[in-house]
Amino acid sequence: MDGARQWRTRAARYSLLGAYCGRCDKPEFPPRPRCPRCGHETTEFAFSGRGTVYSYSVVRQGPDGFADQVPYVVALVALEEGPLLAAQLTDVEPGELRIGQPVEMVTRRLRDDGPQGTVLYSYKFRPPRGWQTAPSG
Amino acid sequence: MGGSAIIGAAELPVGEHWMKSLAELAADAVRAALRDAGLDRPDALFVGNMLSGELTAQQHLGALVADHAGLAGIEAVRVEAACASGAAALRIASAMVEAGVLDTAIVVGVEKMTDRSGPDVTAALASAADADFEVDQGLSFVALNALLMRRYMHEYGVSHAAFAPFVTNAHENALGNENAMLRFRVSAEAFGEAKMIADPVNLLDSAPICDGAAAVVVASRQRAEGRRGASRAVGIRACVSATDTVALHDRSDPLRLAAVARSAGRAFETAGIGRDDIDLLEAHDAFSIMTVLSLEASGFAPGGAGTHLGESGVIARGGSLPISTLGGLKARGHPVGATGVYQIVEAVRQLRGEAGPAQVANARLAMAQNIGGSAATVVTTILEAAD
Ligand SMILES: [Zn+2]
Repeated sequence: MDGARQWRTRAARYSLLGAYCGRCDKPEFPPRPRCPRCGHETTEFAFSGRGTVYSYSVVRQGPDGFADQVPYVVALVALEEGPLLAAQLTDVEPGELRIGQPVEMVTRRLRDDGPQGTVLYSYKFRPPRGWQTAPSG
Repeated sequence: MGGSAIIGAAELPVGEHWMKSLAELAADAVRAALRDAGLDRPDALFVGNMLSGELTAQQHLGALVADHAGLAGIEAVRVEAACASGAAALRIASAMVEAGVLDTAIVVGVEKMTDRSGPDVTAALASAADADFEVDQGLSFVALNALLMRRYMHEYGVSHAAFAPFVTNAHENALGNENAMLRFRVSAEAFGEAKMIADPVNLLDSAPICDGAAAVVVASRQRAEGRRGASRAVGIRACVSATDTVALHDRSDPLRLAAVARSAGRAFETAGIGRDDIDLLEAHDAFSIMTVLSLEASGFAPGGAGTHLGESGVIARGGSLPISTLGGLKARGHPVGATGVYQIVEAVRQLRGEAGPAQVANARLAMAQNIGGSAATVVTTILEAAD
């Protein structure tokens, strides 16, 4: 990922900063200056970072830039404010995953763009601490 | 009488064409289709292609292919809409012919994928997804389909094995197509045991990487009816394009493919026919989950019931809705930007009665549906045999 693009998307990736459409009364992630439904100009909206797993997969053949990280877990996370977002899950065993389980945002290293490149950080999601043991008591 | 028709069609064998360049492949298909049409020089050339810039560092395909095909000087342009590039090119060509801007046009779909390594191709294919918020998170195209498939299985209580008939059917049909890449049978057991790529999508859920080119010649219906060989002309009853958000996460219900519903719905409306009138369907079976979701969104099955069409045999050659009749993307092969034109050429073969051992009996109306990205661009075409 080139520097300018990394810089441009940093607020979304580090702080889960999205957008809000006052006309539709709906938050959006990723952020965009205009609402995709009605074209109204949006304002900033900070997401809580809490959500549930809508779906997940274990990637075993990664694209260029991620091929050395396989297997890794990707998911669509349903944020508690509404929107879905695509992200990696971390600190999980694939066998323990299930749809609907709660997850929370953490900031992690996503990938290196080679020795001359930058290290890309981003949100990832993980089960909240203590979650696994709580339900069974 | 308005409308347009296909007066010539040709496809190259799908596979690994190491000895031919992208331009040579396209030119071979163009010359073969022009020969089939008995036409020397069309008014314009439209090239459907997705990855030439990413994989061969070559853009500007309109002029390049015109030059290589011996058509230097004509109007020519490349059309890109991810895996829907081929049919998107047909949409533009047929609309321009119907509007009277052009008398004849040739559409060629071409893709050259096997010159490069697997991770390079995987990364290039991912360029059809959202670069900032899908691909940068490590999602490949297979992973996006896996997320859909897992959610589908969860929401409707469908097993992975329920998808097997779509895969076995495509491979069975490819046996009758001399141009198909994977001409061998696949059993339901082999499908269940295939190597996992991105759970729950395995190797046999997905279409192979390959090279290929296919072309069709479009003319006004009036011109098609007035010429020799008119009985082999195939009418374009509808060719309708629609879009959805590029990113899956921007949709309120990812299992409902809104662009498929819009494109198919308007195609049926334009053609003035119902779903029961379709004799065969060239579906976009790049992944078996995409086949099922697109059948549902096109209105052939209610949400959650798409796999029943496979289990009941409806999709087989003798069924009421044969699909992927010459192998589909799954077994003919999926040279991405060329795929939409292969689908049209194969539907034309069926409607002319020239599909050999894979022939669907009494085929009069065929539908082809070409899907780009996670169904962010969808082109649905309805074709009709000559009287
Ligand atoms: Zn709005």
